[in-house]
Amino acid sequence: MELLTPGSGLIIWQAIIFLALILILRKLAWGPIIQSLKQREQDIEGALQSAEEAKKEMEKLSADNEKLMAEARAERDSMLKEAMAVANKIKEEAKEETSEITSKMIADAKATIENEKRAALTDVKNQVATLSLEITEKLVRTQLGGAKAQKDLIEEYVKELNLN
Amino acid sequence: MTKTPRTSTSNLLITSFLALVFLFMNLTPVNAQDHGEESHGEAKEFNPSETIVHHVLDDHIWHFFDGHYGTLYLPIIVYSSEKGLDIFSSKNFYDDHHNLVEYKGYSLDHGLSLVDNHEAFVLDLSITKNVLTLLINALILIIVFRAVARGYKKNAGKAPKGIQAVFEPVIVYLRDEVIKPNIGNHYEKYLPYLLTLFFFILFGNIIGLLPGAANMTGNIAVTLVMALFTFIITNVKGNRGYWGHIFAPPGVPIALKPLIVLVEVIGIFTKPISLTVRLFVAITAGHIVMLSLISLTFIFGSIAVGAASSLIVLFINLIEILVAFIQAYVFTMFSALYIGLSTAEHEHH
Repeated sequence: MELLTPGSGLIIWQAIIFLALILILRKLAWGPIIQSLKQREQDIEGALQSAEEAKKEMEKLSADNEKLMAEARAERDSMLKEAMAVANKIKEEAKEETSEITSKMIADAKATIENEKRAALTDVKNQVATLSLEITEKLVRTQLGGAKAQKDLIEEYVKELNLN
Repeated sequence: MTKTPRTSTSNLLITSFLALVFLFMNLTPVNAQDHGEESHGEAKEFNPSETIVHHVLDDHIWHFFDGHYGTLYLPIIVYSSEKGLDIFSSKNFYDDHHNLVEYKGYSLDHGLSLVDNHEAFVLDLSITKNVLTLLINALILIIVFRAVARGYKKNAGKAPKGIQAVFEPVIVYLRDEVIKPNIGNHYEKYLPYLLTLFFFILFGNIIGLLPGAANMTGNIAVTLVMALFTFIITNVKGNRGYWGHIFAPPGVPIALKPLIVLVEVIGIFTKPISLTVRLFVAITAGHIVMLSLISLTFIFGSIAVGAASSLIVLFINLIEILVAFIQAYVFTMFSALYIGLSTAEHEHH
């Protein structure tokens, strides 16, 4: 049957034409096409990779920024805290100093007053003694004859007075 | 060819359908005898099976339409063991009334095969209808894919354009989905062969669907050669794992080994046979179905039947375009699979 018996001439022609076609197309078409496709795929791969890397870089940068910001904020906070502490300390110190000075002044004043008081008292005593002496002198002059007896008596009185 | 397709008999209808069945089922040359009887009995009748087979087969002339200029007489190149090489026009085999005549001791048997009248060995290297179609197909492929390749040079680093954009997805699909998965990492050296194979079959199938064109990819010689190419690559490139699996199948009891080896050896040859027959049958069957439907018009001699069968033929034609793609894909896929099986790097045992 003709349909199922391959013609020998057609087999030879087909073998020659098909082989030639493979070789020609490999040289003219498939070689450059496959090469270009591969090149393009590599380019795309490369572009995607560099985009990914850029993204990572950006992420790293923003993370760094974040970190820097956080550090700056922390530093600011600590500086503020420190400054506050220093201010408080100064205030405290000033307060202490003031109260010390005040108390010292008060103590001084008290001491001065005490001294003044003592001096005043001594002065008063002396004046009282002098006055008493004068009074007594005048009194005794008029009442007592003997000077010696009179003077002993007066001194005794002054001593008594001095106890106060 | 010049017979007037008018009358019809139910008897003829039955024999023609039987002949069609034989075309698919029977490998013995019963049909040839049928032709002989018919042409003797009803010489001027329209014989659908003869017409159809004649359309599907190769020919030394290219008949486009009846009339003086409707036929292209192709060159005959013949080598005979007695007379040596001879080249002449096939017009010499036909007289003015398109009847077959002898020329230089050669004659065309049934208008098909070239035979020597002294029964000497003859090698018919004529540029037949199919050889011319092969050349046309090859030329179209070269022109198209040169244009595609030029597109890559012109649009380097840019998006594909024009014809390049049409074929790029197909090429990439074949490479990534058909060839790479079947062959593996070393697929690249088989790309030119498999891509040529796919587009040769696809373009050939589509050219074969054009009116008046030759049934080139539905010719068993054409499919046989392509299957042989795959067969040669498969067995030449076959590695130790491939031959090992055939002659020393692992994990098979010794008693069964001869049987398995026999089956495996047969398997080497069934692969190209299946490739050959699959494409040949798929394309030829499509052509026969279409021609049979068209023949109905002449058998019934009715315009209504003609209109109806034309609609069905249109539908079948669309299916045939689908088949053109499927068969090209299947042939390429199986070729890649066979090559992949014989060159796979086996890591087990």
